[in-house]
Amino acid sequence: MIVVTDLSHDRDGVATLKNINLSIERGGVTALIGPNGAGKSTLLSLMSRLLPIQRGTIMVDDLQIGRCPNDVLARKLAILPQSNDTAPLLTVRELVSFGRYPYHKGRPDQRDREKVEEAIVALGLQPLAERRLDSLSGGQRQRAQVAMTFAQDTDYVLLDEPLNNLDIAASRSLMAVLQELARNHDRTIVIVLHDINYAAAYADRIVAMKDGQIVASGSPDEVLTETLLWTVFETNPKVHRIGAKVMVQV
Amino acid sequence: MLHKRLCVLALLLLCVCVAGYLLLGSRGNWGFVLSFRGNKLVALLLVAVSVSTATVLFQTVTQNHILTPAIMGFDALYLLILSVSVFVLGAQQFVHLSETGRFLLNTTLMMGAALMLFGTLLGRARSDLFRMILTGIIFAGLFRSITGFIQRMIDPNDYVVVQFSSFARFSRINLPLLAIAAALTFAGCFAAWRMRHRLDVLALGSDAATNLGVNPREGMFQVLFVVSVLVSVSTALVGPLAFLGLLVVSVARQITPTETHGLLLPSAALVCAITLVGGQLVLEHLLNLNTPLIVVVDMIGGLVFLGLLLRRKRR
Ligand SMILES: Nc1ncnc2c1ncn2[C@@H]1O[C@H](COP(=O)(O)OP(=O)(O)O)[C@@H](O)[C@H]1O
Ligand SMILES: [Mg+2]
Repeated sequence: MIVVTDLSHDRDGVATLKNINLSIERGGVTALIGPNGAGKSTLLSLMSRLLPIQRGTIMVDDLQIGRCPNDVLARKLAILPQSNDTAPLLTVRELVSFGRYPYHKGRPDQRDREKVEEAIVALGLQPLAERRLDSLSGGQRQRAQVAMTFAQDTDYVLLDEPLNNLDIAASRSLMAVLQELARNHDRTIVIVLHDINYAAAYADRIVAMKDGQIVASGSPDEVLTETLLWTVFETNPKVHRIGAKVMVQV
Repeated sequence: MLHKRLCVLALLLLCVCVAGYLLLGSRGNWGFVLSFRGNKLVALLLVAVSVSTATVLFQTVTQNHILTPAIMGFDALYLLILSVSVFVLGAQQFVHLSETGRFLLNTTLMMGAALMLFGTLLGRARSDLFRMILTGIIFAGLFRSITGFIQRMIDPNDYVVVQFSSFARFSRINLPLLAIAAALTFAGCFAAWRMRHRLDVLALGSDAATNLGVNPREGMFQVLFVVSVLVSVSTALVGPLAFLGLLVVSVARQITPTETHGLLLPSAALVCAITLVGGQLVLEHLLNLNTPLIVVVDMIGGLVFLGLLLRRKRR
């Protein structure tokens, strides 16, 4: 379980997060939604020690972020940051192999190689495995990044807008992979999504943020109402309900 | 596999260069010729390994392939320290310091200054390549103008000493000095080699490194420390080597296009050693020229730097 307590954060003197309290249960897909600048990336960066915590605490199971050793956390939690233009000269397989670094520290064994293959297959990257990253499209590169996170084999996976650059087929298959990971492998996925319909379709929980605060959290059915969308995004699309499914008309 | 074979090939080529350098055109007393040339050869090899390793490490932490410590103001810093030493001590004192003493003084001063320089360069502007280049250039300009100012105040007779030491020279170096330089170079390269897997991760950038459990600040500090040891030793030993590192590492990246430091470090060192020993062999024994090798290397290196800068598409 990830427990965030009294978390506040300033960036350049501007309050970006204001006293956040949040707990994310183990298992399942949690989607973080909210307008640009709401503080979603900041929250994810703090959870994954990419930014130092200023006030408040974050616990991931029994590990306190900022206090626990870096490499221990790397086997517990993985982050895919919003913009990543890592080493363009690597091949897809080399990049994915880095996901195993927290385990082997430079000396991969058979099991590490198997995990890498598994990740490549899971994201359908077999035909691209030997290609260099700078020869791929944005979406393919994104998939390679996700595969690296997959190979890292952590209980918690945080992804910041991984659907950027992905077409509908790639988006759906990535979400399906994440859902499967959560359901059958007891992983906890926290994902920032821009398209609310993806959140509605694939997330078990939705957390809505605005101006550095949490406005609502709960199942998609509870959270996605016309009133809430107006409060959070200041726009008023129609929300359709088909049985338990929610769809936002765009 | 292919890379390993290339490295073996390069090693052979280096052996040929070394043998040629030691033996070609030597007449007379063998013992004397070998000890004289052997001494120079060791200096060439030490400089080769430290310059190439320092450049690879620097490029890894700055995450780009066109910067070297020398370009980022380190050479200017060397000249500044040189002028200040001569100014403060006077040329008489400076020359009378034992060679070893001068070397240790230079190395220590430069290591401290290098740490501060690189620390400043990488502190803030690291994410922005052009801002970093600009900062480096401005620092270099600043150092040069202070150097110019000090040189005007130096006695013209003393100035000759500064001028003489301003170009890299592979002349005969006394043995104790060579031993100290070898020990420091070995320590630096050993540290770099031990870090090679962590360097692979650091090259991915600080967020990705953090995600993989590598602390980027800690890693960067260690790398910069090793870099300042290596560049200080090689510069104090022979003088400034502006574009050498850039040239050889670019060539090494062409020959072994890999991001794996376990391969890149040895391949860059080999290319650098071949360039220096082979170059010296050609200049000294085949063409019988007295031009310092570094003049030729700098010219080619400068062109490569321009080429890289203009052609730079990615990142
Ligand atoms: N690198 C940065 N430096 C300073 N301020 C930043 C930086 N990144 C984001 N911010 C500010 O922090 C606030 C929250 O940004 P962010 O967490 O990226 O929002 P979101 O991911 O929800 O779009 C914004 O007001 C933004 O201007
Ligand atoms: Mg964001």
